[in-house]
Amino acid sequence: MTGTLLSIRGLTKAYPGVVANSDVSFDIREGEVHALLGENGAGKSTLVKMIYGLVKPDTGTMTLRGAPYAPAEPRVARASGVAMVFQHFSLFEALNVAENIALGMEHPPKMRDLAARIKEVSETYGLPLDPYRTVGDLSAGERQRVEIIRCLLQDPRLLIMDEPTSVLTPQEVEILFRTLRKLTSEGVAILYISHKLEEIRALCESATILRLGKKVGTCVPREVSAREMAEMMVGSSLHVPERKGGDLGPILLELNDLSVKSPSEFGTSLKNITLKVRSGEVLGLGGVAGNGQDELLAALSGEILTAPGAVVMEGQPIGTLGPTARRRMGLLTAPEERLGHAAAPDMSLTENALLTGSVRQGLEKNGFLKWGKTREFAEAIIKRFDVRTPGPGNAARSLSGGNLQKFVIGREVMQLPIVLVVNQPTWGVDAAAAASIRQALLDLAAGGTAVIVISQDLDELMEISDHFGALNEGRLSDIRPAHGLSVDEIGLMMGGAHGMEDAHV
Amino acid sequence: MLRLEKRPQPSQAWTYATPLLAVILTMLAGGALFAFLGKDPLEAIRTIFWDPLFSEFAFYYRPQLLVKGAPLVLIAIGLSLGFRAGIWNIGAEGQYIMGAICGAGVALAFYPLEAWWIFPLMVVAGAFGGLIWAMIPAVLKVRFGTNEILVSLMLVYVAEQFLASMSLGLLKNPQGYGFPGSRNLQQYDSAHNADLIDGSGMHWGVVAALIAVIFAYILLKRHLLGFHIRLTGEAPRAARFAGVNPSRLILFCLGTSGALAGLAGLFEVAGPSGQITIDFNVGYGFTAIIVAFLGRLHPVGILMAGALMALTYIGGDIAQSKMGLPSAAIQLFQGMLLFFLLAVDVLTNFRIKPAKKEVA
Repeated sequence: MTGTLLSIRGLTKAYPGVVANSDVSFDIREGEVHALLGENGAGKSTLVKMIYGLVKPDTGTMTLRGAPYAPAEPRVARASGVAMVFQHFSLFEALNVAENIALGMEHPPKMRDLAARIKEVSETYGLPLDPYRTVGDLSAGERQRVEIIRCLLQDPRLLIMDEPTSVLTPQEVEILFRTLRKLTSEGVAILYISHKLEEIRALCESATILRLGKKVGTCVPREVSAREMAEMMVGSSLHVPERKGGDLGPILLELNDLSVKSPSEFGTSLKNITLKVRSGEVLGLGGVAGNGQDELLAALSGEILTAPGAVVMEGQPIGTLGPTARRRMGLLTAPEERLGHAAAPDMSLTENALLTGSVRQGLEKNGFLKWGKTREFAEAIIKRFDVRTPGPGNAARSLSGGNLQKFVIGREVMQLPIVLVVNQPTWGVDAAAAASIRQALLDLAAGGTAVIVISQDLDELMEISDHFGALNEGRLSDIRPAHGLSVDEIGLMMGGAHGMEDAHV
Repeated sequence: MLRLEKRPQPSQAWTYATPLLAVILTMLAGGALFAFLGKDPLEAIRTIFWDPLFSEFAFYYRPQLLVKGAPLVLIAIGLSLGFRAGIWNIGAEGQYIMGAICGAGVALAFYPLEAWWIFPLMVVAGAFGGLIWAMIPAVLKVRFGTNEILVSLMLVYVAEQFLASMSLGLLKNPQGYGFPGSRNLQQYDSAHNADLIDGSGMHWGVVAALIAVIFAYILLKRHLLGFHIRLTGEAPRAARFAGVNPSRLILFCLGTSGALAGLAGLFEVAGPSGQITIDFNVGYGFTAIIVAFLGRLHPVGILMAGALMALTYIGGDIAQSKMGLPSAAIQLFQGMLLFFLLAVDVLTNFRIKPAKKEVA
């Protein structure tokens, strides 16, 4: 089975001010796993959206199994055998699995027949799933199965997967890969988008690399190293953050038996979290998304208040203090969601600099704002963290995700925190920028700051952490020295495969 | 075909241009409306927009402009603070009534004593009356999460009933031959909110409106509280992250808008209107919502929008009496203004482009 399934010729798509794709051509063969590689903003999403009929190309043609293929909308793409699993799930948490799948169908069969079909498909491909469970109760890995099964029910010839493993534990990744290999053995082609180069080396037969909207190369992932691929993506050699090993100082922040009920219905409540971070330490907290990361950050930032002694900073109980008081003491945080949480989308960067900077940077006096000084602060962040923007007067939403992330992290780093807590600091940031953010975090720690990094990127955590712990359903695992931890051990700390057995294959 | 494309950031130019465009579109559509009614559209538009300012009798209309505009601006400034933060006080009309009743109540309690402190005390009472009335939806929202739109709106009708009961009962003029309504405060010197310059229409309410404009401008541009108000409206989660206490902000915004509406009521009852009557309120509290949006929720914009709205009120009255236009047509005309404003508002965030041809 080596016939060409989908052939792409000269696809170009321009948006105002940016060319998302320029003259991209490649072929996907039947039964292969084809990787699409590139940094954020390289044009991967636009490209797959064109294949899936969500975006119309300006020029260029596609051929599917020898016939011209120009899907006007996703329905047409699905009818032609192209299915897609998105990075962000579109599931209704209050409905059960079968109901969710029925919602996406044009002519849903009877619920009982559909449930039987779901069961059949899920067992065939080693993705056990109970059709009657409520989606709100499923782990992220199981939710992804719902999305995959939704696609498989359409009998696809080409399955597009956008960063499928970002929400999985290492054990769950293994299960997914087994499923994907089974699919390819049946002749289904998979277009696989990921940042995780080791995964691509393990799974994919060929790779197309995009940079700034253009195809810059192809490779056989098994034959090149991850570093070579990364350098092809970035177009230059990579700077690896270096750490200056220092002695750890006194304990700066302690959580004592912190339990918090999640403010949202389908959030995760925190249960009995206890941890300590010392001056100069980087504590990495891993875990699959939705296991209490947001709640932990909110409990630390002061958005959720707790019993006074549950959060202790430099010996003082601060559990009942709000965000402003905590900032004054030097506890700074950077949440995961950039637009709408860490930054106000329609406000300028200057105004967003004020958002958390007003206390520590002295940007107000008796409530009156010093706009000049605020602007200087914003400019300083832009300069030091290489934020690409015409100036601090631009709205936050006009920045690309990675640039805004640099701004949001930079804003906290520049305020010289005593304790810094960041959630997903390099989410959606290109490799070079990610390296510089990590370096900034390490530099802070070297200067005596206690840093807590919450992340789903295990490679990142292993690279910068002194100690590692994992969140699993709102509980924190034992915290262990990061050096020398094996992938299996990390996976078990994260909760293994969330009780998902991988039999039936 | 045309299509809309989202701008990377809101257009500054269109922010200022849309109100003007809305006024022009209103004139066009309104003119068409008047033409269908068999009136000369040009003359109608001229009567509404030109005559109050520059006609033969303008000397009479111009002071009216201040009298009508001041309460609108005063109320709209208060409302705009809440609207910016996503807190919707729709019940300014009720707060306006309660301010008037409280202020007039103080004056009538001291009648016929003449003292300099009576008027200041009335001002405080007026603000207090509006504040208390607005605190009802505020506290209910903070404590029980009720919807402030519904509560504040329904309290308008409660206030109207209260007004009727007051003008027929407690505050009724004992020397009024049994007619409903209170004593006329215009005849009670210590309580009368007279023109500061005779015949100019410039009473204390106008001064208060101007002070409110300046105060709001400084608050929004230069003060952390104003920044937090804007932040809450644009990104509530980011506001919490920045350390804004949402409950306190709700109390502040509803309280301020209530107090300003109460003040407007007090200045009206002590001045141009003069007495508490069953039909004392004429809808300033609702029209102020239009004024607030027409003015882009910006203090200076509201000042201009208030003047424009007052102009259409007075011009509308003239057109009714002079040209025999039905009052419903005038109200429709005023409604169009808000309608067109909201419609062209889309241009601030989107640009219109000709749709591209489909690629085969």
